Amino acid sequence: MDSLVFLIPLAILFGVVALWIFFWSLKSDQYEDLDGAAERILLDDEDDASPPRV
Amino acid sequence: MTCCAVDAAAAARPLQAPVSREELELASRDLGDGVRQVDLAVPAVHCADCIRKIERGLAALPGVTHARVNLSTRRVSVKWTGADVPPLLETLDGLGYAAHLFDAGESDRDPQLAWLLRALAVAGFSSMNIMLLSVSVWSGAEPGTRQAFHWISAVLALPALFYSGQVFFGSAWNALRHGRTNMDVPISIGVLLAFGMSVYDTYQNGPHAYFDAATSLLFFLLIGRVFDHMMRERARQAVSGLVRLAPRGAAVLRADGSRDYLPLAEIEPGMTLMVAAGDRIPVDGVVATGQSELDCSVVSGESLPQPVAEGSSLKAGMLNLTGPLTMTVVARSADSFLAEMVRLMEVAEGGKARYRRLADRAAQLYSPVIHATALLSFVGWLVATGDWHQAITIAIAVLIVTCPCALGLAVPIVQVVAARRLFENGIMVKDGSAMERMAEIDSVAFDKTGTLTLGRLRLDEDAAIDPAAARIAAALAATSNHPASRAIADRFGGNPAGIVFTRVTELPGQGIEAVARDGAVYRLGRVGWAALTDVSDGAGTVLGRDGRVLARFAFHDDLRPDAREAVTALRQQGLSPLMLSGDQLPAVARVAAELGIGDYTAAMLPADKLARIEALARDGHRTLMVGDGLNDSPVLAAAHVSMAPATAADIGRKAADFVFLRPGLGAVPLALAVSKEAGKLIRQNFGISILYNLIALPIAIAGFVTPLVAALAMSLSSIVVVANALRLRAGRGGQTKPEAPGAAAVTTTPETAAPEARAAGRG
Repeated sequence: MDSLVFLIPLAILFGVVALWIFFWSLKSDQYEDLDGAAERILLDDEDDASPPRV
Repeated sequence: MTCCAVDAAAAARPLQAPVSREELELASRDLGDGVRQVDLAVPAVHCADCIRKIERGLAALPGVTHARVNLSTRRVSVKWTGADVPPLLETLDGLGYAAHLFDAGESDRDPQLAWLLRALAVAGFSSMNIMLLSVSVWSGAEPGTRQAFHWISAVLALPALFYSGQVFFGSAWNALRHGRTNMDVPISIGVLLAFGMSVYDTYQNGPHAYFDAATSLLFFLLIGRVFDHMMRERARQAVSGLVRLAPRGAAVLRADGSRDYLPLAEIEPGMTLMVAAGDRIPVDGVVATGQSELDCSVVSGESLPQPVAEGSSLKAGMLNLTGPLTMTVVARSADSFLAEMVRLMEVAEGGKARYRRLADRAAQLYSPVIHATALLSFVGWLVATGDWHQAITIAIAVLIVTCPCALGLAVPIVQVVAARRLFENGIMVKDGSAMERMAEIDSVAFDKTGTLTLGRLRLDEDAAIDPAAARIAAALAATSNHPASRAIADRFGGNPAGIVFTRVTELPGQGIEAVARDGAVYRLGRVGWAALTDVSDGAGTVLGRDGRVLARFAFHDDLRPDAREAVTALRQQGLSPLMLSGDQLPAVARVAAELGIGDYTAAMLPADKLARIEALARDGHRTLMVGDGLNDSPVLAAAHVSMAPATAADIGRKAADFVFLRPGLGAVPLALAVSKEAGKLIRQNFGISILYNLIALPIAIAGFVTPLVAALAMSLSSIVVVANALRLRAGRGGQTKPEAPGAAAVTTTPETAAPEARAAGRG
């Protein structure tokens, strides 16, 4: 019973954190282009070769 | 790298009006601080390399501050600063990606989907945490722990109830306020009562609480909602990403000779407009100066180009083919042909609005039964035992068990699977009700030009043409973009003999003139201009040398691939196809004979087509209309269900329930087959749900449903329904399929003869 007192709040806290991360990812447009995200990992980093952006 | 086969570019109309910088600027949005943004559809993007090429290529342009490709929607969004529009389309074209403006209307973002996803996430969070606690309660937690767990569950259920639940409560409240009932009413009542009762029970230190049932019900049902929404959204985006055929503005020629590019809404009657070759006529008008030929296929359904000269009247939507024209505006955009079609469409839309979705009709029958059963169980138990609390608990158990996720998922899950299957085959469906309506049809009406045919001219095969003349004609034709020229060049393979002319000129509305090295003047074009002949056999295209006829060419419009198979397949299903065309009788009769369509009408005006479909509807027929032109859009809106190719006019695409992206007409029987099978699976799913109720209801009424039983029953029935939906067979393997039927179809279309003919032409 004693262990439950902190284990359960801890479990719920983890859940809340996961929920918050999902909301954040939704808000920062991470679901806008799922196909593109899968392909973009094949690209080199922009700063290597791309022309300077104005 | 293998490319994705499905894209609209393959099906796009061959001759597209070029987008001017002015039009691009009109289409862009002002973001403030001198920054403008425009979104372009780039259908050919398919891999990481494409993304890099496009983003770097565009970012290197002066003024461009941001270029980002969205691979899912095949779009690129570009921001730039400065007064001048960067040459975006030209740059993309140079990189090998054809880009075009599309009907933006609303922005890319979809607030509704984001809201549903958030609701789903919250419901998932609540239900899973509660379920974890419930499992320990079910496995026999001691009373003290159970009590604590129930209170925690109650708190955890709050966000699911008040945040995620709004999706259902809102819709249920709306239905009730209008005196109707839908599936959301029993769901809302069940969830709210279960929650209230469980709080009371927990307060009374009772052994059972239904927090888990209430929240997982919301969670499962939200999954169905999200799928349903994503399906429609995907179709909407795919369709709105297609090429925009109507221009956004026009170049106005002022009295002082200066030119302005004005948006359509600001164009007034009396103004003079410039229409370059390759542009669409923006508003109704009359030719002021110039000669040209117009492709009227979208407007009237006529397959052959129509010559125009000073004084000819022009309708918005026609495509100017050969020469530049100046025209005098006679009607504002809002009074033009296009607008007239929109008005006809609005009047005609009744048929679809009257249709009620299957799920709603089921709910109409089902929810009173649920409510009555729950009420009767309550009254029955109250009379039998006199125990209020037990009577209410049992009534709630009945509500929860009888409005299971199975019923909420029964329809959407099948429609999502079916839409996915159609999507793999290059067919977009606007919403689930379109498939339900499709499954009910008993007649099919086709437009001709652009629907049964490709709307592209092809040389008649039967005419015997002297090979030497054919080579000269092909060499001349290769220099021109006129549809007839391209048909000749296609047939004889361009300029294989490498014939060189010293001077080639194209005269709008007449033809091509060229001087050969030996001084002979060749003309390819209209009878009477290219060569003087006995005028008795009127129209047609001839090749003349110094005014003497060398060869004659006659044209027809090519059938779409699979057209014959599609018509045969429909007939085998007992549907007799009919053809409604605005084209002239000979062309219509010819296509009808080729396809074996007995019932056809030629030279129909849009209102005639509409009247015909409405007459069919009055006789109790449910008609599928397949059409593409502006003149078809009222009929597309009026028919019970409608389909349009991706090349259809913008408003036609919007009016149609299905849009097919590939050129083959096999899409029509396929959409029908998938819709029918989806209908069958939906009925099976209803059957499963009812069977489940027949088993679960007595148990619930008898009072044996504990939260554990409710959770098990709910999950099991959902899984069965989803698994059943996945059995959908029609159109399976669509991604690899197009080659096979396409190749088979070629053997029956005139295209087959082309390779041999080409070889013959060379030899």
